[in-house]
Amino acid sequence: MTRSTNTSRLIVIGNGMVGHHFIQQLVESGQAERWEITVFCEESRLAYDRVHLSAYFSGSSADDLAMATPDLYREWGINVRPGDKAISIDREQQQVTAANGEQLSYDKLILATGSYPFVPPVPGHERKNCLVYRTLDDLDQIRAAAEGGSKGVVVGGGLLGLEAAKALRDLGLETHVVEFAPRLMAVQLDEDGGALLRSKISELGVQVHTSKATDLIDDGEQHLHRMNFADGETLETDLILFSAGIRPQDELARQSGLEIGERGGIVVNSQCQTSDENIFAIGECALWNGRIFGLVAPGYSMAKVAAAQLSGGDESFLGADMSTRLKLLGVDVGSIGDAQGHTPGALSYRYSDDVAQVYRRIVVSADRKKLLGAVLVGDNSLYDTLLQYALNGIDLPAQPESLILPQSDNVAPMLGPDALPDTATICSCLNVSKGQICGAIDAGALSVGDVKDGTKAASGCGGCAALLKSVVDNELEKRGVEVNTDLCEHFAHTREALYHIVRVEGIRSFKELLASHGKGRGCEICKPTVGSILASCWNELITEETHVGLQDTNDTFMANMQKNGTYSVVPRVPGGEITPDKLIVLGQVAKKYSLYTKITGGQRIDLFGAQLHELPEIWRELVDAGFETGHAYGKSLRTVKSCVGSTWCRYGVQDSASMAIQLEDRYKGLRSPHKIKFAVSGCTRECAEAQSKDIGIIATENGWNLYVCGNGGMKPRHADLFATDLDDATLVRYIDRVLMFYVKTADRLQRTSVWMDNMEGGLDYLRDVVINDSLGLADELEQQMSHVVGTYQCEWKSTIEDPEKLKRFRTFVNDDSSDPQIVMIQERSQPRPA
Amino acid sequence: MNSPITLNTNTEQRWTTLCSQTDLVPYSGVAALHNEEQIALFYLPGEADEVFALSNHDPVSKANVIARGLVGDIDGQLMVASPLYKQHYDLRSGKCLDAEDLALKSWAVRLREGVVEVLG
Repeated sequence: MTRSTNTSRLIVIGNGMVGHHFIQQLVESGQAERWEITVFCEESRLAYDRVHLSAYFSGSSADDLAMATPDLYREWGINVRPGDKAISIDREQQQVTAANGEQLSYDKLILATGSYPFVPPVPGHERKNCLVYRTLDDLDQIRAAAEGGSKGVVVGGGLLGLEAAKALRDLGLETHVVEFAPRLMAVQLDEDGGALLRSKISELGVQVHTSKATDLIDDGEQHLHRMNFADGETLETDLILFSAGIRPQDELARQSGLEIGERGGIVVNSQCQTSDENIFAIGECALWNGRIFGLVAPGYSMAKVAAAQLSGGDESFLGADMSTRLKLLGVDVGSIGDAQGHTPGALSYRYSDDVAQVYRRIVVSADRKKLLGAVLVGDNSLYDTLLQYALNGIDLPAQPESLILPQSDNVAPMLGPDALPDTATICSCLNVSKGQICGAIDAGALSVGDVKDGTKAASGCGGCAALLKSVVDNELEKRGVEVNTDLCEHFAHTREALYHIVRVEGIRSFKELLASHGKGRGCEICKPTVGSILASCWNELITEETHVGLQDTNDTFMANMQKNGTYSVVPRVPGGEITPDKLIVLGQVAKKYSLYTKITGGQRIDLFGAQLHELPEIWRELVDAGFETGHAYGKSLRTVKSCVGSTWCRYGVQDSASMAIQLEDRYKGLRSPHKIKFAVSGCTRECAEAQSKDIGIIATENGWNLYVCGNGGMKPRHADLFATDLDDATLVRYIDRVLMFYVKTADRLQRTSVWMDNMEGGLDYLRDVVINDSLGLADELEQQMSHVVGTYQCEWKSTIEDPEKLKRFRTFVNDDSSDPQIVMIQERSQPRPA
Repeated sequence: MNSPITLNTNTEQRWTTLCSQTDLVPYSGVAALHNEEQIALFYLPGEADEVFALSNHDPVSKANVIARGLVGDIDGQLMVASPLYKQHYDLRSGKCLDAEDLALKSWAVRLREGVVEVLG
């Protein structure tokens, strides 16, 4: 086995949400490469979303809940052992023993073993169908047990118990909750809140029994079990779910002699380090400051701290806010900070509405300046505001009660996103602050989706989604994003408006357009956009002197710049059909110029590693052999992929290859807001993958089905069926209209999918414009397309015939040498950048 | 203004010829070799200074590609955008407009009798 000398061995025991988050943190910080990582995962499935476990009974599959897959871990280079349990730790030898006896050494060890459900030692608790609610396997057992019964009991009226009750109700059982304490959710709610919750849940058909201690479980008469309570009452049931709290899973740590808390839990310091400096513990198995944290957010914080520790960082875990906001059986429940008013001198305000069934309480400091805690039942709409007051120590209004009183004209203003300080935590699961969100927007995020991608906010429990949206919308609005659709600082117009101006006023150059409708000198945004519009409208060569300075470097040199400044060359291979002679030429050219060759996804051949001055020589040979430019560098038609169709294939019903070649020849060179890809399949088996293209065509017995606006890439989207059983001429006519309407109305760099989705009316509207000619544009669009088709010239052919244009293709204008800093090495018998 | 172009130019003997004016591409860039260094030359006819000379080396991509970037202005400041990762550099000073710690070397440059000359 080979391992570079500077990697150390890291073992992670446990792959729950927290264990997985730890790995994710390590990978994202780029530190994972420094370690040879092994992950023990006792369950057969890798990490999944335990917070939303009850969704398993209301439609979600195990795959929906999955947070990690073996493939993902493999991709990350991490050795994961699903279904494998670590059975002992030898701290002296620094080794972990697996269930099969295998011994693995570690330099650092992470314990993320989580917790197990506490089952009260009631006689009879081990009977059949006495289960717990923790893992997907547990859920499968619960489902199986429910099939034979009609009635179920949950022991425990806390947060998890009520979740479990939802699961039983979703399975169609008559559901009961038995709680030892006098009220539901005794930790998070006060007496009044608990009472309202109980009444609401009872209305939903879940029967609640409080102050009940179970003494014995034995045989029932109508049902499988009879539960006998201390007060003499009994309750029969077919299924019992224990959900009476969790206990840290600290057995491994205990056996290996790590310090354990009196009531369990692996003792850790603020760096999440155990009593052994090489071993860390995170999540529900860890005991910090005498506390176990049974929520996912603090677990994530610990994961982050431990990951930072391994990378030499100095983050610390300093406790966590245990506020929670939930929908339990459809009832809003919120609990913030000191919900029960235990702080000395604390004062409370309560609002209770029996009609609307809403209860609110706020706990404030003795001076009534700060919010210490809150209880909400029946309506969580104030949760975000109250949480921000509590977490950020924001001064309360003079009448704190105004925060929880019903809205009237003179109430204190709600805390809008603007009132939050930058340090305000918006997403507590992943610890994302308002400042980080603003940072993401400053860095270019333009939507809630972008911000989520960039910051991971709202990707934990999702509870902050509404708040996140209001912050993002507010920040975008403040930056003028929603109102400002200017292309850039040089043009106070949208792309669509500029297109219209160019068409209507017959503008032929950037200079002209800038002088009449813009200001300044232009930039890398407006120049290529206007260059593209001019090409779409008038189809003059982009290599003309008036246009050349407008093009992005790829269009300027009609090749694709790679990371070392060399270019790749992609000749057009219409429909992916190529003669042996042409294949040989590509091979000869590649050999002569030492180019790396690779087959593209669009059924053509990419030649990499050409220097600027080599491009004309390469193209002279390609043009001589009958090749044309492939526009791989342009926002334009790329390829029309095809299968062989009815000419060869026994299943083909139309000649898809001929159609693909015809279409590629028609639309090659069309400049558009973004790249465009086509595919044509000869039958419904769809071997050309047409439904992943901007324009997809699938043969039918009667003609062609046309699909539009699909794409692969970062956000894959299937194309929508646009029209069926078209003949050849109608097919081409519809495509003409769709494409030209796209060129006319889309934004810069907007793929067809986003263009259609943003159109009011979407697919139906597009059909109306194209098929029913609802805007009376059809003729015009077809004429415009016909102009583009009729004026096509191969850009490379015309360039190599023009010595003046070739002057630009010099690596140095004053020297014939190559760029000495471009160095290639050999890999798999081909060159690649060093 | 403290751009290198306004430096005292009485050290006439240190101006060296790089290329002909006809080698330049209007509103675009070309690269030239100068004592083992690669210089990106930009030609903006109609501006107060028409020629600009910056290092051709892109410090972000580590490739010699600056001459192939798009030129224009941002808030009135003439700039070139790196063709690979699109950082903007001041055509006069070479300073990166997006990241304070980045800058391209810049040369004093002039057009004389159809010839492009750099200082140094």
